[in-house]
Amino acid sequence: MMWIMPTFTREEIEHLGDLARIALTDEEVTRMQGQLNVIADAIAKVQEVASDDIPPTANPVPLEAYMRPDVAVTPLTQEQALADAPATEDGMFVAPRIMGEE
Amino acid sequence: MSQQDNSRQDDLVRLSAAEMADKIRNKQVSSRELVEAELKVIESAEPSIQAFLHISKDEALAQADAFDKKHASGDTEGLPELAGVPIAIKDMIVTKGIETTAASKILEGWVPPYDATVITKIKAAGMPILGKTNLDEFAQGSSTEHSAYTTTHNPWDTERVPGGSGGGSASAVASFEAPVALGTDTGGSIRQPGALTGTVGVKPTYGGVSRFGAIAMASSLDQIGPVSRTVLDAALLHELIGGYDEHDSTSIPKPLPSIVKAAREGQKMDLKGVKVGLIKEISGEGFQPGVQARFDEALKALQNMGAEVVEVSCPHLSYALGAYYIIMPSEVSSNLARYDGMRYGLRVMPPTGTDQTAANMMAATREAGFGDEVKRRIILGTYALSAGYYDAWYGSAQKVRTLIIRDYENAFKQCDVLVSPTSPSTAFKFGEKMDDPLTMYLEDVATIPANLAGVPAMSIPAGLSDDGLPVGFQFFAPQMRDDLMYKPAAALEAALDQARGGPMLQSLKTPWLESLAK
Repeated sequence: MMWIMPTFTREEIEHLGDLARIALTDEEVTRMQGQLNVIADAIAKVQEVASDDIPPTANPVPLEAYMRPDVAVTPLTQEQALADAPATEDGMFVAPRIMGEE
Repeated sequence: MSQQDNSRQDDLVRLSAAEMADKIRNKQVSSRELVEAELKVIESAEPSIQAFLHISKDEALAQADAFDKKHASGDTEGLPELAGVPIAIKDMIVTKGIETTAASKILEGWVPPYDATVITKIKAAGMPILGKTNLDEFAQGSSTEHSAYTTTHNPWDTERVPGGSGGGSASAVASFEAPVALGTDTGGSIRQPGALTGTVGVKPTYGGVSRFGAIAMASSLDQIGPVSRTVLDAALLHELIGGYDEHDSTSIPKPLPSIVKAAREGQKMDLKGVKVGLIKEISGEGFQPGVQARFDEALKALQNMGAEVVEVSCPHLSYALGAYYIIMPSEVSSNLARYDGMRYGLRVMPPTGTDQTAANMMAATREAGFGDEVKRRIILGTYALSAGYYDAWYGSAQKVRTLIIRDYENAFKQCDVLVSPTSPSTAFKFGEKMDDPLTMYLEDVATIPANLAGVPAMSIPAGLSDDGLPVGFQFFAPQMRDDLMYKPAAALEAALDQARGGPMLQSLKTPWLESLAK
């Protein structure tokens, strides 16, 4: 496996901000760049011991899959589900438009 | 109110939860009287401590009255031992009808439409909820300074942090604002504040306490657990909130071990036959001399009660911090994607001149609603999960996780429990580590391994360091054997109390209580 020693460039952090949908300010990108590179140095060494013969762990307490009893329950009402929405109309969430102007 | 009444309240709030419960059962005190006494302390202490984000006075009094009525009619048979005792809840756990924010601006004003499973159990037990306690935003931090709302102070020195993320719950319990509280622990957020405030904090086995209704931070690491002043109180609360829950797919479908029984057993101070493993990788270098000294003395106390101490090695623990700071931010970036300004929480429209689209609204909302630390972790996690880096980062971290689990399994072949100091240092000053995230992350170097391995761990007070600040002693036990750590923890607590002539919190200066007694 290839060892990756990352260096976070401004462009990369801006791109990650786009992917994560956070409109980072220029000042935030500058600050984060220094901090992320220090953090990356400290954590990159996990690659030292991660050889191919070691299986990955996702859940530390593995459980067998099992079927739960099929019992009907009352879910939240529509009113409850919408109670804290920023905008609603006719029992629905109102969202800004999905497509751009073009 | 007369002076006599006030001094009685002062005594009341200093009782342990178990003692309060005894007085309730013997009808020497009502649940309402306890709630009123705690509310008075909260009113007096909050200007200097600021442990709470929200005080649910009316709800607490109503819950107390409902319990007292039931109790008067003899209808409390079969309720848990802590029935009627008030509790504080970390604001990372959802409470129906009570504002829940995770100390984030993005959830300001959010009133959950449902209760977490642990809250359902607390309510069924007739335990009045005093309020919601402060934390680092979305439980991300080790000092509670990352709260978007307020800074919680350490009652031992109000110029210092209470630890984090659960600094609110720990400070509330240490300052006698509540006898017990609930916290959440993803990398030490219950145990490290416990160490820094001189309280008991437990992270149960992963899957041992339902996470349904715990606001998700890093789902494979998060665990709800008890915060208290005594080991027995933690055990009583642990049994009350623990057990299988069909609403949590990672909940273990097996009964809990006998935790309370183990704690009571430990109080007898006999540890013959108990094998204690000293993890050589989490001790010595990097730990303050005052922390190490109290730890060594506590270890000696365990030996004096008959425990056998052996040194064990967990060679991969030096990779734990790295693995944690890959896995945790990855899960954070995924879990916190739900805060998108669509269905609940904050919505901020993009500035004029920018396309008013859903995507731009999300970016504007998340920029405005999240604080620095949360953004940093989301960006780091987004990186670790991106194409091209996934195998090297996330994949490697998951393999390290396997190695750490194996280290623990091997160590537990040689001993019943493992021990270490809880935190490398005592409580630090506000601002000291805020500009240097990595130094802040190192606060959790001794607590993180338990979350990665899913094993239970707890911190109990080991005494005061040379600087007069509390030191924590940490126990680890094998998965699903939480009972094994409660016995030596209760024994150590009893031995240290005996040597000191009383609980450590007796020596805490509490001007907020004295002003009540005047």
